[in-house]
Amino acid sequence: MDEVFKALADPSRRKLLDQLHTSNGQTLSELCEHLDMTRQAVTKHLVILEEANLVATVWRGREKLHYLNPMPLHEIYERWIGKYERYRLRALSDLKKGLEEKNHER
Amino acid sequence: MSDNGEKPKFVYVSYIATTPEELWRALTDGEFTRRYWGGRRIQSDWNVGSPVKHLREDGGIDWQGEVLKSERPRLLSYTFHMQISEQHRRERASRLTFELQPMDSTVKVILTHEEFESQSPTFETTQHGWPAIMSSLKSLLETGSPLPF
Repeated sequence: MDEVFKALADPSRRKLLDQLHTSNGQTLSELCEHLDMTRQAVTKHLVILEEANLVATVWRGREKLHYLNPMPLHEIYERWIGKYERYRLRALSDLKKGLEEKNHER
Repeated sequence: MSDNGEKPKFVYVSYIATTPEELWRALTDGEFTRRYWGGRRIQSDWNVGSPVKHLREDGGIDWQGEVLKSERPRLLSYTFHMQISEQHRRERASRLTFELQPMDSTVKVILTHEEFESQSPTFETTQHGWPAIMSSLKSLLETGSPLPF
């Protein structure tokens, strides 16, 4: 998890993820077209993102395609946010139940 | 990876502290899938060319397909044809692949979903589902309990 936060703690790497979010499965050259960084810098950032499992790669012939991999972010979501989502849903369902019971009493 | 050179739509990678055999079982055994895959049972004899079905508790079929590759415990690929609405039934089947790579004490699992039609209703239905299913699978294998849906 440390690797994920370290990888995300850099605006250029977040921009790279934004690029993949807009259009998934890009090659290094395609990614470089939209970014104001040298090819070497993009390569270096991609390695860090891949090590953190935020970017997954597949080969198509000679092309290496880069994909935004949401799995580590989903695990962060499950750890700190999912719980609250469930409470909110339960609160809503209690509210509904309470209001419907009130209606019934009238 | 698709054979027609088309770009996959989704590639999800997760590292799960388990063995390839256990993970294979989790992907192919209906009793196991029921626990992390929204209560659905997967059903197939897992021979190439055999049908695959994903059954709800009420016996209805969520999606069905045909086994394309079955190399236990490394590679599993099948076609994926959703049956939940007329719109889904009308489109052609997409393709789902699981690659299992053992790495030290974990297994790297790569899920690829590809060969969608353009404007695919299946794409819309599944795109947010896979991370939740994969996380729940990871939790079940590592801790013995799935994540609540």
